[in-house]
This record gives sequence, structure tokens and C-alpha cells, in this order.
Amino acid sequence: MNSHRYLPHTGEDIARMLRCCGVTAVDDLYADVPPQLRLAKGYDLPQGMSEPELRGYFAALGRLNREMACFAGAGFYRHYTPSAVTSILSRSEFATAYTPYQPEISQGTLQYIFEYQSMMCALTGMEVSNASIYDGATATAEAVNMAVASARRRKRVLLSATVAPAVAQVLATYASGAGIVIEVIPEDRGTTSIPEMEKMLGAGDVAAVVLSQPNYYGIVEDYSGVADKIHAAKALMILNSHASPLGVLRTPAEWGADIACGEAQSLGMPLNYGGPGLGYLCCRKSLMRKLPGRVVGATTDREGRRCFVLTLQAREQHIRRQKATSNICSNQGIMTLHAAAYLSLMGAEGLRKVNELSSAAAHSLAEGLVATGAFALRYPERPFLNEFVLDIAAPLTADEVIASAAAAGIVAGVKLDGSSILVAATEMCTPEDINRYVELFKPARK
Amino acid sequence: MNRKLYDKLIFELSRPGRHGADLPSYNYSHSACTLPEGLLRETAPELPEVDEPTVVRHYTNSSTNNFGVDTGFYPLGSCTMKYNPKVDEAAVADAAVENLHPAQPADSVQGALKIYRTLEKALAEVGGMAEFSLNPFAGAHGEYTGLMVIRRYFLGKGDETRTRVLVPDSAHGTNPASAAMAGFEVVEVKSLADGTVDIDDLAGKLDSTVAALMMTNPNTVGMFEKGIPQIASLVHDAGALLYYDGANLNPMLGIARPGDMGFDVMHINLHKTFATPHGGGGPGAGPVGVRAGLEQYLPNPRVVEDAEGKLTVECGNEAFGRVSSWLGNYTVYIKALAYILTMGAEGLAWVGPLATLNANYVKESLKDLYLLPIDGPCKHEFVFDGLIDKSGGVTTLNVAKRLLDYGFHAPTIYFPLLFHESLMVEPTETESPETLDAFIEAMRAIAHEAKENPEFVKNAPYDTPVSHPDEDKAALEPCLTYAELMEPR
Repeated sequence: MNSHRYLPHTGEDIARMLRCCGVTAVDDLYADVPPQLRLAKGYDLPQGMSEPELRGYFAALGRLNREMACFAGAGFYRHYTPSAVTSILSRSEFATAYTPYQPEISQGTLQYIFEYQSMMCALTGMEVSNASIYDGATATAEAVNMAVASARRRKRVLLSATVAPAVAQVLATYASGAGIVIEVIPEDRGTTSIPEMEKMLGAGDVAAVVLSQPNYYGIVEDYSGVADKIHAAKALMILNSHASPLGVLRTPAEWGADIACGEAQSLGMPLNYGGPGLGYLCCRKSLMRKLPGRVVGATTDREGRRCFVLTLQAREQHIRRQKATSNICSNQGIMTLHAAAYLSLMGAEGLRKVNELSSAAAHSLAEGLVATGAFALRYPERPFLNEFVLDIAAPLTADEVIASAAAAGIVAGVKLDGSSILVAATEMCTPEDINRYVELFKPARK
Repeated sequence: MNRKLYDKLIFELSRPGRHGADLPSYNYSHSACTLPEGLLRETAPELPEVDEPTVVRHYTNSSTNNFGVDTGFYPLGSCTMKYNPKVDEAAVADAAVENLHPAQPADSVQGALKIYRTLEKALAEVGGMAEFSLNPFAGAHGEYTGLMVIRRYFLGKGDETRTRVLVPDSAHGTNPASAAMAGFEVVEVKSLADGTVDIDDLAGKLDSTVAALMMTNPNTVGMFEKGIPQIASLVHDAGALLYYDGANLNPMLGIARPGDMGFDVMHINLHKTFATPHGGGGPGAGPVGVRAGLEQYLPNPRVVEDAEGKLTVECGNEAFGRVSSWLGNYTVYIKALAYILTMGAEGLAWVGPLATLNANYVKESLKDLYLLPIDGPCKHEFVFDGLIDKSGGVTTLNVAKRLLDYGFHAPTIYFPLLFHESLMVEPTETESPETLDAFIEAMRAIAHEAKENPEFVKNAPYDTPVSHPDEDKAALEPCLTYAELMEPR
């Protein structure tokens, strides 16, 4: 055979092993595969590449990608990744391990998951966190499934129109499978219409209400008293948030939410063209046994040493099969280590500074762009943290704004419709980046 | 592996006033945060305050309590713990995607989109399918997505009567759970003594209410479902579709393609067959492939090629909607594509045969001491039903724990559910005969110990950082955060 560097077997090895198996050729081990199903010829794929060729191949593709100053958000934000996080994640004892099924030789994984759970509870104010969901959208879908599972037969779920469309679409997919009816609460100038929500709650049969904070438009909504209205209708309040702003914003628990969920990519995870990020899912202790996915708990071993194990497994698919709340297994594993290492390095103070810088950058940009006359804030009366909606003055269009910014090496934002864009800023946007963006649209240039 | 337990939590290393990261001191024209008080949190989150060297040493020490494929042999059945090539990580850096936003203009991400399309096409070739969506995040997510494709296909035809999905009793737990999430009623199909699907039982359950049969082939006992041509025609004659769970695709590389076996929809676990790191439980990826005629039921967003070869991201498939915000766990695709290109057509064709040879070699070398309920050539994995000599009362759990002392990860235990003492071994093709021999020797030594001194085996492991964690206590008095750990009990 042609040897390959990942395959240790020599011809001699193969001959010896075949003898042990009592056959003369490897093919004999496939005698049960009907001949008409066998691959007639080899795969229509290229010949194997050496390392230098492979590096060259991907470097050439890399040159077709263009890194730009990023003012796009919509759920994924370019925050700084401390080098120590990258270094910690490269430990192959972490990276090449499986789900920690054998706690005796998996304390490394189990311990960082426990730390992650603790930190997510600190951020959200909740009592319980699982060890991750795929992304913010699927975390929200799982939150809804959880709420419906604990609501006994109530199948209506109210979703605010201010929740991100991608989250709403994933939710729609999951709901259609589970027979859940999603109804949209209309918005009122960029925020959830609370009177409409009350009316819809009044019709009864509601299992949960899904809100977001900051919402899709970047607005920080005032949810004072909202939880009481939801709970009065015996429904649960689900609050979707990007993780980083939780360092400064009133927490989901303080708003009275029962389940907190969302995307944790904003905890310094590289953009990586959309993934991997990390979905977090936290809840009050009363909902603990409905929480899907892996959960780690502290215990002691036979010598009384503190240690950690996967726990509450009776909820899960490998035990309950079709009766489980979810099919989810472990998933974004090492991204929970990313979150834990990032939050350890930043601390509460660092996270506050990240949000303050992001907010200052966003407000500076908003002011600058509005001053050009080419843009207006769509919701000037609403408070925002680091993301906002701009209406574009005719005859300029969203496509033109995005294209002319791109020509200058700037991602202007995310297109909402023909004449508006959603713009975000973080601590990675320098004052010079902001100036360049604003200069592009000053009247003299236009 | 450092056998002394490093048991500090990062919270316990915290000292007020320390910090581990610096931020720029930019002078923006607008200062700090302008939100009204009522929208801000009342107290700062209880996060640790630690310096950078402390954080790095903490996680490095904690990593030494872990066992990965790079540490040693990891014969975890059904998990395909093969070697994770290091150049694949370098390929991610070379591809320059780290700072690409998923919503930035298509012109500026042509390299990223080309990687997506190239991998899609390579998987279609290996799977024998027409098209793939790479969006699903994991195997279970792929199953769910595939079943939703099937659901939308029948609804698209106006057929609302197909509400049931058939699942063999040997299936992974995710199969029935995914089918239930997709809104199907799950009906179990019996297995024969050799672990393969009971075709008579299947035929009796196939009718116009069945949307699909989910199969893993080779199945979860490592046997090839040789009745697959007959099964495929039975399923198709009943108007249903055949779903391939790609969890066990590895031994089929170079041998046969699911599409050629008659499967209509499939998923592939890139973190198994295509060697991307498992990461202690993710991120993985579970791309879903479909045969020709089902492409329009794949989820959005799709990467589409225009007439000039320019790639764009579109949401044109009205039938489905989304299962992910963006295009899934993107960096995992780069690693999978790097693996495929490194192996090449010929190298990939050796993967299946060598994985199968390794499994049979281990099985044949141990079947005089461990009970082999299903004889005959297995594929990439096989199942023992515990020790042959059970007189000492040594269980599969005991054997698994004792293996840890010998420096091996344990096989999968108590799955599949077909046997009481299942011990499922999957060596993968990247293990050398010397490694397999060392494992065989350890397994034989344990069988010997189980006879001579069963209590000694039952009390294993001895040489690990912790031993016999109290799992009942963990479940009965759940302590899930540091704050709870600090509460007086």
C-alpha cells in the first residue's frame, strides 16, 4: 500500500493482522457488503497534498478574503480575543478529548465547565446554567421547548417583533416540529409593545413570552413590570441577550426572567465567518430538571476529594430517548472554555470597560454619521448600548452605503432594508476607523 | 498525565484588584455609557479577579487532569476518536477567516465561500448525494435537520399522513429524540440476534403513515446491514424515505457510499469521520446531504454560485427556513476540508479498510476472554457483552475503570442497549499495531485480575487524579455553581 503519514500500518503489519483475523485480504472483512454496492472506482477527489501544498492552498483562498474595519453586528461582534485564551484553547488535552464520560480522567474538562456555569450564572443572575447549546438562536428554541414542556398542554408562545429575525426563523423551524404556535408581539417604535403583549396574554394558553435585550435594533428596552404581567398569565419569561452586555446591563434575573439564553460569541470569540460561537442557556432552579444538555455538578470522590461529574443525566436523550426534552448532546465544548478563560482574564472590571468603550465608539459613530446629513437615527428617543439603526437619506441606498464603505475597507453594517442599516461598534473600532467611515459620507465627498 | 489532582477553581485564585487583560484607552468623541440607571445591573457580576500568568497556569494545570487523543489510545465506540491532524489548525489560520463577519459583502469573503462549496462537493462525492448543507452544528442537529427536510418534503407534496418514523432498537438515543423533536411519532423496529434489522418486523410496520426509516450502517453493534438493498426497496415501495445516520461512516470510506445503498437523506459527523477535534464535546458539525430532487428542502442560508462563478449567500429555499443564525461552525469545515485534501482520494479509501482491520484484530485477540455475542467480521467497531468468566462479579464498568490505570481511555460502556454488559471498542485507523497490542495486553491482564482478585478490579481506578466520584450525591444534592459550593450545607 501507499503509506500515509496518519496511517501507521506497514505491509508487514497488515499481513500479520490479517493472519490473526483468519483472512487473507482486507476485502474479506467486507464480504457482507453486496458487490453491486461497492465503489466501482476511486473517489473523484484530488490526490493527497503534502503540508506545504496544503498551506499554500488555504493561503491562496485566504487571499480571496478581505478583512475590514467591522461595524456589523446583528448578533455577532468583533471583540478582542486575549492571546492567553487562544493559547489555553490549544492545549490538546482539552482539544482532543471527548465528552467527559470518564470523570476520573476528565477533571480538566469538567472543572472548566463548572467554572463556565458559575460565570454564566453570575452574568445572568440565574441559578443554573447548562454546558452550552449550539448558538444563540438554537438556545432560544431550546428555551421555548423547555417552557412548553413545563407548561402542560399550553402551546402558544409570544415572540416580540424586536427579537432578531434569524432567531425568529430558527424558532419557527423548531416550533413547527413541536406543534408550538408562535405569535408575534408587534413593536412600538423599536421596542416591544407591552399593551399588545398584555392583550395577547389575556387570550390565555400562553406558555412563554420571548423578549430580547438589547433587542435586534440595539435598543435597551425597559422591561419594568413586564415579568409580573407574564407571570400573572402563568407564562414564563424568556430573555435573549448577547453575553457581553450582561456585564453592565440589568440582568435577566433582575428583570424577572425565568430563562436567560443567547449567543456568547461576544465574549471575545473570533468572528470566524459566523462560527463556532456558543449558545448559553440558564434558568431558575425550579426549571432545572427541564433544562436540556449537559450539566456538571460538584461532588466528592471516595477519598473525600472535591471533584466534578456530569449530572442530572436522567433528563437526557441517551436515557429518555424520544421522551427527552431535546436531542442535544454535548456540543460547543471547548467554546465554554473560551468563555471561562475570557471572563477570568477580563473580570467584571474588564467586561465593564469593553462595554463602555463599545458604547462610546457606537455613540461617536452615530453622532458623526448623523451630522453628515446622509443618515438619521431611526429611533432617536430610544437608549442603545453599542448598536443602532440608521435611516439613509434618499437618493442614497443601503446597497450604495455598504458598497462605498466596502471599497474603503469598511463593513458599514448589516442591511435591514433598501434604505436602512444596522450598525454596531466595539472596542476594536478605533477613532480613526470611525473618522474614515464618517468622512466617506460628508457632503463634500458625496 | 499528572496523576496528582489539581483541584483549584479559578474563583479560589481571585484577589481583589488583580486583572488579566488590558484595553485600549481610545479617546472617542462621545464618552462612556449613557444608559439610564434603571437599565443597568445593580451589582457587578461575581467574576474572578486574576492576573494573566495565574489564568494560564490554572488552565494548563487543569488540562493535565484530562485525557485526549494526543494523550493516548481512546477506543470509545461510536465516537471515532481518530488522530486530529495539526496542520488542519494551521489551515484555519492560513484561510484568514478569523476577522470575517458573517454578514459582510460576498465580494470580500469569496475564499470563505469557496471553502464551503468545495467541502460540500467533496462530501457529496463521499456520501453519494446530490447536495449538502453544512449549516447543522452537530450530529444530533444534523439528524434533526435531515428529518425536517423529510417532513417538509412530504408536506410539500401535500402528504400530511406520514407522521411516523421507524428507528431500529439498536439506534443511538439521538435518533428517536431527533424524530420526536421534528414532530414524528417514533416506532421501534426489532433487531435480529446478529444485531441487524429484522426485515420481517420492518415490513410489517411500513405503511402509508411512515415518513422514514432511520438507519446507521454499519449499525451500532458494528455489523454491516447486508439486507440494505432489500430494505431500501421496501422503504421506497412504501413511499417512505431512507435516512442515513453518518455516525458510523468511517468504515465505509473507500468501500461503499450511502447514496448508492439507496439512502435519500444523510448527515455526516465531521468531528468523527473527518478528523476534526472533539474539543471535550464540540464544536462539531453535522452536514446534511440529500439525493437529487430534495435540494430545495435544505435549510437556509445556502451558498450559491452564479453564472460567472461568483459565490453568494442566499436564503432562497422557501420550504425550510433556518436551523442556524449563520452558516454553522465554520472553522470546523476548514479542518475537515484540510483533512480530505491531505488524505486525497487514495488515502481516504484506506481509512475504512484499516479502521475495520484494527477493530477485527482487537476483537479476535480478545474473544477468548470477553464474550462476543455476535461473531463474524465486524466493521470499525464491535461489542463485547462483558467478560466470559463472570464468576468474580466483575462488570463492564469495573473493566472500564481498571483500563484507566493502564493508561487507556475506556471503551463506550452500556451501549448499545441490546446487551446487559456492552463494552464497545472502536480503535480507528490511526492507531498502530503496537498500540493495539498494548491495549490487548491490558485487557487480557484485567481479565486475569478479574479472576484472581476481583475485588481489586472492582475498586479501580487507583492511578487517576480522582477515583469513584459520588455521582448519586451529585444528582441528589445538585451543586452546579461556585456560589452554591460556597453556601453552608
